[in-house]
Amino acid sequence: MENFDMSMINWSRGQFAMSAMFHWIFVPLTLGLIILVAIMETIYVRTGDEKWKKLTQFWAKLFGINFAIGVATGIILEFQFGTNWSNYSWFVGDIFGAPLAIEGIMAFFLEATFVAVMFFGWSKVSKRFHLLSTWMVAVGANLSALWILVANAWMQYPVGTVFNPMTARNEMTDFWAVLFSPVAINKFLHTVASGYVLSAVFVVGVSSWFLLKKRDTLFAKRSILLASIFGITTSLFLIWSGDESARQMADKQPMKFAAMEALWEGQTNAPLIAIGLLQKPAPPKTSGKYQEKEFAVKIEIPDLLSYMAFLDPNAYIPGIKDLVNGYTDPNSGVVEISYYEKMERGKEAIAALKGYKEALKADDTESLRLFASKFEDPAWMEDTFKYFGYGYYTEKTVAGLIPNVPVAFYSFHIMVALSGHFLALFIVMLIFTLKNKIDRMRWLHHIAIWTIPLAYLAGQLGWVVAEMGRQPWVIQDLMPAIAAVSRIDASSVQLTFWLFAITFTVLLIAEIRILLAQIKKGVTGGH
Amino acid sequence: MFESLSHLALQQYWWIIVSLLASLLVFLFFVQGGQTLIFTLAKNELERKMLVNSLGRKWEFTFTTLVTFGGAFFASFPLFYSTSFGGAYWVWMIILFAFVIQAVAYEFRTKPGNFLGQRTYEVFLIVNGALGTILIGAAVGTFFTGSAFSVDKLNLTNIFSDGSTTISSWQGPAYGLEAALNIQNLSLGLAVFFLARILGILYFMNSIQDETIFKRSKKHLMINAIPFLIFFLLFVGLLLTSSGFAVIPDASRPAMLWKIEMEPYKYLHNLLGMPIVLVTFLLGVVLVLSGIGASLFKSGCTRGIWPAGVGTVLTVFSLLMLAGLNNTAYYPSTYDLQSSLTIMNSSSSKFTLTVMSYVSLLVPFVAAYIVYAWRSLNKKKIDAAEMQSGDHAY
Repeated sequence: MENFDMSMINWSRGQFAMSAMFHWIFVPLTLGLIILVAIMETIYVRTGDEKWKKLTQFWAKLFGINFAIGVATGIILEFQFGTNWSNYSWFVGDIFGAPLAIEGIMAFFLEATFVAVMFFGWSKVSKRFHLLSTWMVAVGANLSALWILVANAWMQYPVGTVFNPMTARNEMTDFWAVLFSPVAINKFLHTVASGYVLSAVFVVGVSSWFLLKKRDTLFAKRSILLASIFGITTSLFLIWSGDESARQMADKQPMKFAAMEALWEGQTNAPLIAIGLLQKPAPPKTSGKYQEKEFAVKIEIPDLLSYMAFLDPNAYIPGIKDLVNGYTDPNSGVVEISYYEKMERGKEAIAALKGYKEALKADDTESLRLFASKFEDPAWMEDTFKYFGYGYYTEKTVAGLIPNVPVAFYSFHIMVALSGHFLALFIVMLIFTLKNKIDRMRWLHHIAIWTIPLAYLAGQLGWVVAEMGRQPWVIQDLMPAIAAVSRIDASSVQLTFWLFAITFTVLLIAEIRILLAQIKKGVTGGH
Repeated sequence: MFESLSHLALQQYWWIIVSLLASLLVFLFFVQGGQTLIFTLAKNELERKMLVNSLGRKWEFTFTTLVTFGGAFFASFPLFYSTSFGGAYWVWMIILFAFVIQAVAYEFRTKPGNFLGQRTYEVFLIVNGALGTILIGAAVGTFFTGSAFSVDKLNLTNIFSDGSTTISSWQGPAYGLEAALNIQNLSLGLAVFFLARILGILYFMNSIQDETIFKRSKKHLMINAIPFLIFFLLFVGLLLTSSGFAVIPDASRPAMLWKIEMEPYKYLHNLLGMPIVLVTFLLGVVLVLSGIGASLFKSGCTRGIWPAGVGTVLTVFSLLMLAGLNNTAYYPSTYDLQSSLTIMNSSSSKFTLTVMSYVSLLVPFVAAYIVYAWRSLNKKKIDAAEMQSGDHAY
């Protein structure tokens, strides 16, 4: 990797991660809160009860504050694909650009247009048109999630494309395969579900604060009732789609799956680690190129990992070392080649592209035909080109192909544990609400309030697993981050990193303070 | 229906779509222009509140159009996305920064607990209005004047040697900021800036019911019209007398490999060679001028924004047609002529352009509901009474 400016690459990664994480502070609330707002407004329109209108307006106001900063942090993400990941933008722009454009045309205009009606239209348009507008904002927000997640899923599991050596990029051949890729569908469902759960936690938590302060109690109880039902439904859905997602990962991104469980050695009847603490082994256990981390403490559930991954308790789960060194599945006898072999094949693919391009430049039709025939041969594409991205690595840099294991492991396990907590909270809240005892449960109010930051944490951790777990790939197996970047200097990226990190932090502080001030005003405390 | 079109026809279709989005964006820059005038046209808080709120109902359209323009450009001409954004890094980053701070400014400006204070958010609006328009204008200027970069897809295979693996590389340390030193780029940037201010003024005259603001707007319309005309004429003069980057068709090779050559008076030739564009351009200019003229000289005229807006769209659109059609490289490289981007060598595949063309059929529906929502919100003009009523105001 002597060719690569690792400082610039890591700052670019950092900048993308930082802006994506900031963006994800605001988006999940937008996704779910708008649905709750729309449901509240629907009840208002159906019953004519002004109290529901007040409640709708209260939550809509919080939505609006959050929405603005979501927009602010979103624009940089779109353009960053170009500014910092220039090679990426060309290499897969033929597929990746489409969902971004569709997101703009289909979703953003819907949101932008109707959000204005939602805020300013109360006294200007009819009740029904206003309600329709609110629902349109909800549809727009969720549609935008669909398209960007389709794009993200494609990076994790590239489908519906073929590589064209003439243009030196992947070109789309099947739009529906990209849109209805099982990974895309699941990623969409799981991600929006996490937004719904977070929104339900937010509403339950904020309402609990009102109960604690004995203010706006009717409004708070109505909000809790609605949000806890919404929360239970979406939590179950979240857990189901998460399970599905793990299964897909075991199949399509086995390295991420192994890292998530800190599984170094593969095994059949693999147990699931329920709780575990990783430590550096003493003396350091290294294979010369990368360092393993052992468990200091762990509690396992036998067979569960195998079952989770392949619905078969006997299934073999390859560990990180097996993936690197190659392995034979003891059940099926299927042989998986090593990363070293993949590097060789990747280099062959890169050399073929080089040969093709040079022949094209030199107008050497003979060799052009020779190289072109490789790219036209499905067997060569499947055996060799498939590993194009591995060609950027060498034996010396093989550790670069392994994601950060502790980060993946802890993020995943904490996220899963938290999702259980959320479900339990909603159930308890609902039970006490139905028993009409909710306003007396002060301890529960405290828990609900403190669950709000936990919901944000869980969402962030989910993205950490998804994105850091797949490193170094920006496109699974085809393009690593080192080959995806722009050619700019590290100091420029550092400067923009801090520019945006500081700006976003300041805006976040402003946002939180404004939100708190609005909440303190309460539902009936005027505008 | 799009399947039957040739790749070239699809590339032209998409150049037209992207140009249309860019033209609409310049029209919608009335928001940005208006933002730079919130202290000039308003002398007290109530007046400023009217200005900010009239813009605040529209800013998202501009923002969304910018984002959609970016997405559409990415989907249709990804090599532009990777070359320009990844090279002219600082220009785009500053533009992005200017839009980031705008997005929160309206919502946060008057909210209690907003941390930075009302003035700061107002300064954000002004910074966005000035930087956004000037820099985007100057960046578009480089479509005609060129930038120093090289594109070599062979770089992707540079694992066997020491070279960079990045396909597009920018030359020089300024990462795009050097564009502002070119008089032609700068004159376009400033023309866009003053045009945005003119459109902003015309929008205020149309959407706010207030005698004082109306009078002041009229006065400042003249003040901004003069520099606009100077910079616009300077830009057009330089453009039509300059050499351009011509694509030389060569039937024996694929269009993406066609050579680029300098051609004297290329843009003038393009204008005369495409009579429809010539007519559109002239019509656009006349409409902009008539919108300004009517608002200046016809007493009580509040509708100047419409001819001026339509004229803006037509003028910008026709300029972009000069940049990309008629065998012209729309994003030329002055460092390596053959690295210049044309609609043929920088576009998406035929398949993707076909898919996206179907998506483009949604645009009329989008436009229809925008018009409907716009009209239902603008039925009643903004006035002091509404601002004081406290119904969700910025």
